[in-house]
Amino acid sequence: MTLISLWYGQNHGLLPVAASNDAGDVDQLFNFMMTIATGLFLLVEGVLVYSVIKFRRQKGDTTDGPPIEGNVPLEIVWTAIPTVIVFILSIYSFEIYNRMGGLDPMAAGDSGPQMAHAHHHGQLVALDPDQKNIALGLGISPDSEQGANPLEIKVNGIQYAWIFTYPETGIISGEIHIPVDRPVALNMTATDVIHAFWLPEFRIKQDVIPGRETKLVFTPNKIGQYPVICAELCGAYHGGMKTQLYVQSEADYLAWVQENTVATEDESTQSVAMNPAPNAEFLAPYASDIGVNRDTLAQLKPTEIR
Amino acid sequence: MSTTIERNAPIAPPEQEQHPQRKWQDYFGFSTDHKVIGIQYLVTAFFFYFIGGALAEVMRTELSTPSPDFVQPEFYNQLLTMHGTIMLFLWIIPAGAAFANYLIPLMIGAEDMAFPRLNAVAFWMIPPGGILLMSSFFNGAPQAGWTSYPPLSLVSGKSGEEIWILSILLLGTSSMFGAINFVTTILLMRMPDMDIHSMPLFCWSMLATSGLILIGTPVLGAALILLSFDLLAGTAFFNPAGGGDPIVYQHMFWFYSHPAVYIMILPFFGAISEILPVHARKPIFGYRAIAYSSLAISFLGLIVWAHHMFSSGTPGWLRMFFMATTMIIAVPTGIKVFSWCATIWGGKLSLNSAFIFAVGFLSSFLIGGLSGVMLASVPFDIHVHDTYFIVAHFHYVLFGGSVFGLFGAVYHWFPKMTGRMVNETLGRIHFAMTFIGFNITFLPMHQLGLQGMNRRIALYDPQFQTLNIVCTIGSYILALSSFPFIFNILWSLYKGEKAARNPWRALTLEWQTASPPIIENFEEAPVLWAGPYDYGIDTESVDGNEDVEDMLAEVTAEG
Repeated sequence: MTLISLWYGQNHGLLPVAASNDAGDVDQLFNFMMTIATGLFLLVEGVLVYSVIKFRRQKGDTTDGPPIEGNVPLEIVWTAIPTVIVFILSIYSFEIYNRMGGLDPMAAGDSGPQMAHAHHHGQLVALDPDQKNIALGLGISPDSEQGANPLEIKVNGIQYAWIFTYPETGIISGEIHIPVDRPVALNMTATDVIHAFWLPEFRIKQDVIPGRETKLVFTPNKIGQYPVICAELCGAYHGGMKTQLYVQSEADYLAWVQENTVATEDESTQSVAMNPAPNAEFLAPYASDIGVNRDTLAQLKPTEIR
Repeated sequence: MSTTIERNAPIAPPEQEQHPQRKWQDYFGFSTDHKVIGIQYLVTAFFFYFIGGALAEVMRTELSTPSPDFVQPEFYNQLLTMHGTIMLFLWIIPAGAAFANYLIPLMIGAEDMAFPRLNAVAFWMIPPGGILLMSSFFNGAPQAGWTSYPPLSLVSGKSGEEIWILSILLLGTSSMFGAINFVTTILLMRMPDMDIHSMPLFCWSMLATSGLILIGTPVLGAALILLSFDLLAGTAFFNPAGGGDPIVYQHMFWFYSHPAVYIMILPFFGAISEILPVHARKPIFGYRAIAYSSLAISFLGLIVWAHHMFSSGTPGWLRMFFMATTMIIAVPTGIKVFSWCATIWGGKLSLNSAFIFAVGFLSSFLIGGLSGVMLASVPFDIHVHDTYFIVAHFHYVLFGGSVFGLFGAVYHWFPKMTGRMVNETLGRIHFAMTFIGFNITFLPMHQLGLQGMNRRIALYDPQFQTLNIVCTIGSYILALSSFPFIFNILWSLYKGEKAARNPWRALTLEWQTASPPIIENFEEAPVLWAGPYDYGIDTESVDGNEDVEDMLAEVTAEG
């Protein structure tokens, strides 16, 4: 039984590709829990099946079973074992969560909702680089280089699309392109309703909340194309609120940046990319437009939308 | 308190009809008889179960293809909202209240509930609440999910949302009235000989349930009233557009709605603790452990709510706190599961419909419990939150747990409620179809969620279609399983073999009166012959292993 549990815990094949180191950690945690769960499952189901076969009442037997009303040592054992298991799981989960940057003070604190009027002061409090305790979500992993030179991307969730703004280059895109092995810091908010930014292959998810800033920091380690999914019911076309994340080699990423920076600058009517105003402000016109579609996005950035 | 039980005694002949009988009209009127009210609750709950089930089948049909072709996405969101709301507030919670109403006074040897009129009022709030909710289909049903998170719930159809709020307020109030009654009745109206440690475990679980209802429901009420202001009066308690905080709503909502999970499962934990010993002919294993673990679950259930919000606006330290409390709740739950397994181990099991549903409960709830511990782990929950893994998890808890327990309870107490036996063959067919259909529907959903299928979507990635078709087929089997059940109930009601007062040879008090019980339950003050689970001692005489003074002291302390 132990062997089956150990084997199944490692070979369940239920999870998709892991495209970051953190994702690998989460998978190990899941495999560990799966091992324990398989063991307990086999134990209890085994007892049930065995009992149902073995302890059937014989026809005509109207006597009772043995009057066993309990067994204190046994009960202590089956109270103690789950207690120990959940302690181990809690500590292990805490460790992994900390490693993912969940307790990073930059991300783990919460300054509360940002008042709407904050938008008019030119800069959101939540975006103040000097202010600690700024946002919710997963921050910089301790003992990592993630804090050194992350690629900052602003993420805005609207019904039913994601809009990514690259402050470094001024690119605005409906898809997200990132170079492999460089930390990425997403600063996320929503314009209309609550959405959730989910990268299944990175095992990370964070709600994006109107009026608040949330954060995800991660480091991709596998080149590829991955789905970005909205995981919080956000309206009728919630299921269609999807886009792609491209993890590219440094060269491919630079080429993409090049191509899109040029395209954006050429389009003189589309000055939005250079607009220094906070994200939420220039997107305000779109907020009322609940049915943001590909056409709307195409106006934002004429080249890349497919 | 020495007890003598005679085995193999000839079953008493059915009562001569000397008492006033219930007329069928009583079941449609404002009756204050707890048994009538219990049946009213149960039948109403089943009525809504079939509606909620039909909505689920429409959703599953839609999900057999990746594109939203069978119903429009907006309608799909209405379906999922209504399915959730109906199944929780009009099916499982009233069904739990049904058994509580029917059984508590009988089990503790009382004539009726403490507040019979309040009890009737509580029931009669349910049909209007249900009809109100249904009426929203005519002018745009709510479509923000049964959680109704703002700001989405504020922008997706005013009338439907307001109707939803009003009907939940009505149903919540009804649930509180019921809880007041259950607590008072259990604590104050037990027959003189019955101390709190010799009452049936179902009463313990209803005590725990009622505590949760009384503490949790007002907070939900407050949240919904504020949400209502945001919706209608344009205030901004939760609306970020005016500086409100949508996360506060989530906290208030889950402060009730997590305990609500226990409100829905604890009554059936209690029912299982009644069903298993009777049909295994063995005492319940660890009476006190099971009783106290209900209270422990009830207490811990109040401090785990934010585990529904791990990926929401909760800071890291809060996530860690709620992870720890959520993990701990596995311990009392584990105690119960192990105790139930030990109860049937070595017994003499009658594999009748009631018992196999109880075993089905154990085996499915186990999966829901194990995935629940996984979900408590924040790093893993962040991945699967709001995916089909969650859908699988809570259906294993609420269907695999509550509904299997509920069917077990229906089969177990049907002879008492109606005076007729059920058809065992049909009952077993019902079980087999339910169990198979249930697992085919919900087991693959674990994988779907892990692989990346989010929930509450009418259109999904085509790579998930194969598993979704499997789920849909399972759901059809599940739907079909209702037919043997309905047929069995209707047939047994009219043509079933007459039931004696105690067909299962059970020891709890409800079996010591006629089937169905007479209007004020017992012909003469019932006598406590034995503890509720003293099986297997046959004609031995046992003395209570506790000093009466101690027991009385405990009763006073509990009261």
